[in-house]
Amino acid sequence: MTKEYPKLPPEAFKHVHMDGSQTEKISKPSLNFWQDAWLRIRKNKAAVVSIFVLTFIVLMSLVGPMISPHDFETQEITHANLPPKVPGLEKIGIFDGTGKMGGKEINLYEMKNVDTYYWFGTDGLGRDMFSRVWKGTQISLLIALIAAVIDMVIGVAYGGISAYYGGRVDDAMQRVVEILYGIPTLVVVILMILVMDPGIMAIIIAISITGWIGMSRIVRGQVLKYKNQEFVLAARTLGASNGRIIKKHLLPNVMAIIIINTMFTIPSAIFFEAFLSFIGLGLQSPNASLGTLINDGYRLIQFQPHILAIPAAILSLLMIAFNLIGDGLRDALDPKMKD
Amino acid sequence: MAKYVFKRVIYMILTLFLIASFTFSLMKMLPGSPISTSSKLTPNQLAAVEAKYGLDKPLPVQYGIYMKNMVKLDFGTSFQFKEASVTELIINRAGPSFILGIQALILGTIGGIILGMIAALRQNTAWDYGSTLIAIFGISIPSFVFASLLQYWIGVKGGFLPVGLWENGWKSSILPTIALAMGPLATSARFIRTEMIEVLGTDYITLAKAKGASGIEIAFKHAFRNALIPLITVMGPLAAGLVTGSLVVEQIFAIPGIGEQFVKAINVSDYSVIMGTTMFFSVLLILVIFIVDILYGIVDPRIRLAGGNKQ
Amino acid sequence: MEKILEVENLELSFHTFAGEVKAIRGVNFDLKKGETLAIVGESGSGKSVTTKAIMRLLPESSSEFKNGQILFDGKDLTKLTDKEMQKIRGKDISMIFQDPMTSLNPTMTIGKQIMEPILKHQKLSKIEAQKMAIYLLQLVGMPQPEQRIKQYPHQFSGGQRQRIVIAIALACNPKILIADEPTTALDVTIQAQILELMKDLQKKIDTSIIFITHDLGVVANVADRVAVMYSGKIVEIGTVDEIFYNPQHPYTWGLLSSMPSLDVQEAKLYAIPGTPPDLLDPPKGDSFALRSEYAMQIDLEEIPPFFKVSDTHYAATWLLHPDAPEVTPPATIIERMKRFPSSRYYKGANGGATK
Repeated sequence: MTKEYPKLPPEAFKHVHMDGSQTEKISKPSLNFWQDAWLRIRKNKAAVVSIFVLTFIVLMSLVGPMISPHDFETQEITHANLPPKVPGLEKIGIFDGTGKMGGKEINLYEMKNVDTYYWFGTDGLGRDMFSRVWKGTQISLLIALIAAVIDMVIGVAYGGISAYYGGRVDDAMQRVVEILYGIPTLVVVILMILVMDPGIMAIIIAISITGWIGMSRIVRGQVLKYKNQEFVLAARTLGASNGRIIKKHLLPNVMAIIIINTMFTIPSAIFFEAFLSFIGLGLQSPNASLGTLINDGYRLIQFQPHILAIPAAILSLLMIAFNLIGDGLRDALDPKMKD
Repeated sequence: MAKYVFKRVIYMILTLFLIASFTFSLMKMLPGSPISTSSKLTPNQLAAVEAKYGLDKPLPVQYGIYMKNMVKLDFGTSFQFKEASVTELIINRAGPSFILGIQALILGTIGGIILGMIAALRQNTAWDYGSTLIAIFGISIPSFVFASLLQYWIGVKGGFLPVGLWENGWKSSILPTIALAMGPLATSARFIRTEMIEVLGTDYITLAKAKGASGIEIAFKHAFRNALIPLITVMGPLAAGLVTGSLVVEQIFAIPGIGEQFVKAINVSDYSVIMGTTMFFSVLLILVIFIVDILYGIVDPRIRLAGGNKQ
Repeated sequence: MEKILEVENLELSFHTFAGEVKAIRGVNFDLKKGETLAIVGESGSGKSVTTKAIMRLLPESSSEFKNGQILFDGKDLTKLTDKEMQKIRGKDISMIFQDPMTSLNPTMTIGKQIMEPILKHQKLSKIEAQKMAIYLLQLVGMPQPEQRIKQYPHQFSGGQRQRIVIAIALACNPKILIADEPTTALDVTIQAQILELMKDLQKKIDTSIIFITHDLGVVANVADRVAVMYSGKIVEIGTVDEIFYNPQHPYTWGLLSSMPSLDVQEAKLYAIPGTPPDLLDPPKGDSFALRSEYAMQIDLEEIPPFFKVSDTHYAATWLLHPDAPEVTPPATIIERMKRFPSSRYYKGANGGATK
């Protein structure tokens, strides 16, 4: 402990007036919830890369079928089973149209006298895989998106009403959910598909018929949590209407979890579509989805692996991207993680 | 606890009742009578079957007969295989499916627990990233894609394991088991990681540290049990995932199991097999969820001793 | 008296996404045998971090000792390996946490939890350890300890759980007991019981206690000496009477003025203006100056050293510099100082030095 104190000039001891409120100045720019979440998700490299990958796949699914010189349903039997051939890349020895035939490596394009390029090759009926893959991606995404939106709307409405009104309404609605919740999704989906005409609508309905239950349970839990919190009670005391409380106080708080959950519903819908198509309950040819393409490709795996590999890779990429974005969103929107 | 179990049993029966009614109405909605569309039956057989299922009687009576048969585990006969009862078909095929399912469940959960533990204890290291990567892949890549890849690369190209069928004893179950186990592995790895990290941040872990417990003691004596108990709750979804996966994996590896038979039945519209198998899957999964709930009450002292009051 | 623990120039930082948070910025104090030292300060002042640093309970990945040492038993605790530290934790130094509802393992019987440090640090058989656990529960006033050791934490009330935590902390007769706000999470009546218990126990066993709190009422009740912390530094340290009746630092004045008092009739309770500084970027000079009515030019430029008030009393404020102008403390503080013999406002014994 100091014995000799430093000699100081007298002006050092001049009184300074401090404005106490100054110390409460805000050192960081104020961000709203979504800006803050965006900053967080930007720090998550996996999620950022996934957003790019996803954007690319979505764009390609829209323009892909148009930029290929061949359309997705025209069959040219003479061009069947061609491997990928891409202009430019063929010179460096990949995607140059060589494939195996009878155990030997030969250029199938030369052998079959094909003078056009099939970037992803062709399938067993001579259809352009490039157009089919992107068309299939488009259909898969469409199905998943619609199914996710339906799940969200029904789930949020059901869960929200059940929790907000509470009491007997909640009791009755929850008994129904408890019974429905026990039904395995797989069982319902397969049964529904069996009675409906196969097609996009059938798949969407089958996926949505029990899909909303998960969302409704989550939303109910959240609304129950918030509806008795002080800020809602305060709004009610001040005479806010039910509509206003839901719109201004509950929805913004429950929004984050709805978005996160939807981000996870989409890949699960993509999976179910592909699954159904793979076991033969999906779309019918010439329509394509990632699932039907994989199913077709699987039959030819030994001879034409590219027919399986390309849609399988895109399906996997899509699923990974959605899951990583979902993870990133969850971390970004979860207030528990705030530092 | 007894009250809780009773309540759960009631719900279980209600759910099954609902599914059975649902299947019945679907049967009625199907184009034509499933029996009349089958040309494999002789007129005599047709009449016998129609009488047995009361297809000539009014709907409510048919419904009653249908429900009675359900309770007796009688799902009718297959149209694909003459005269074979659906129940027999399912029982005959159950072996391989159960072996695969159980093996995959064990491999998946144990592997997942190990991966999740490593990731949580070595958080933000290469170990963590590696196991997270495996988990993301396992969750994202559909089992049929993964199964095809396994079959192609290890079975066909590598050639060291059977590519399919059920003829080489245990060896033929290796690849399908791995393909099936990916889902549960990924799910449990992620689950355990999150739970462990949460548990490791709790006050009672700090207290254990303050008592002088070592890292290993903290991880296994204190944290592990608390992180493991909630894993039981995902066993229901895991089992459902396994059943879903088994349909495609059995088909890809040509395993003579229930799933493969089911997919075949779908493709040839063998409705009684479809309905029977559907009911079988429903009962199986509902039972799993029921057992899991009861088990959770048993292993968690907070629930066990509080008389089954779940919070 | 013999010093049992010495903390010298301790500096510790956390590495966060936002940058380096200087949570402890040069802390000095010592703990004598058998005494109770209270560390007071508002949330975020670094009092909990200091004790967790002594126990080395901070996450090693994100915290870093920048400087200084913690001397215990001739060893510098900041330099010990984890293995060596495990032998000290629970045996020589033990800790009681704030929230008894979360500090016990929900899936382990309380008997096992009390026996854990005993089995770990003492060569006792399981049966002996169990007897010890029963004895400890009796010591902390738990009825029917033989039955209760088989029960799980959720079967106990908050106050009972804190008693169990105390029993765990006392299991190996520690030389130092750190109590980190042990009564904050409890009801007022239970708070009093736990405080009574702790005072009672200190008479029975010869343990030094570091008592962390933000509740000055508790401090007056249990402590021998008090250290006041602000923004990662100790700003004033002294005996209870010195801190309560002859405080020197404007922050201590603020703290004491904001405590409701029965003696002084005032319409409005005092509140220190502003908020503690952001330790990501601590201010130059005296970090309290920004909130102080007594700030001087020098406060904004240089960190004040400790000025000696008495042999036991030190305060880090430029107001104590011999050249500094004399200032008038707040009225409530003057009222207090009137009762303290060596203070300049002392008015003789008529004020009465009642605690």
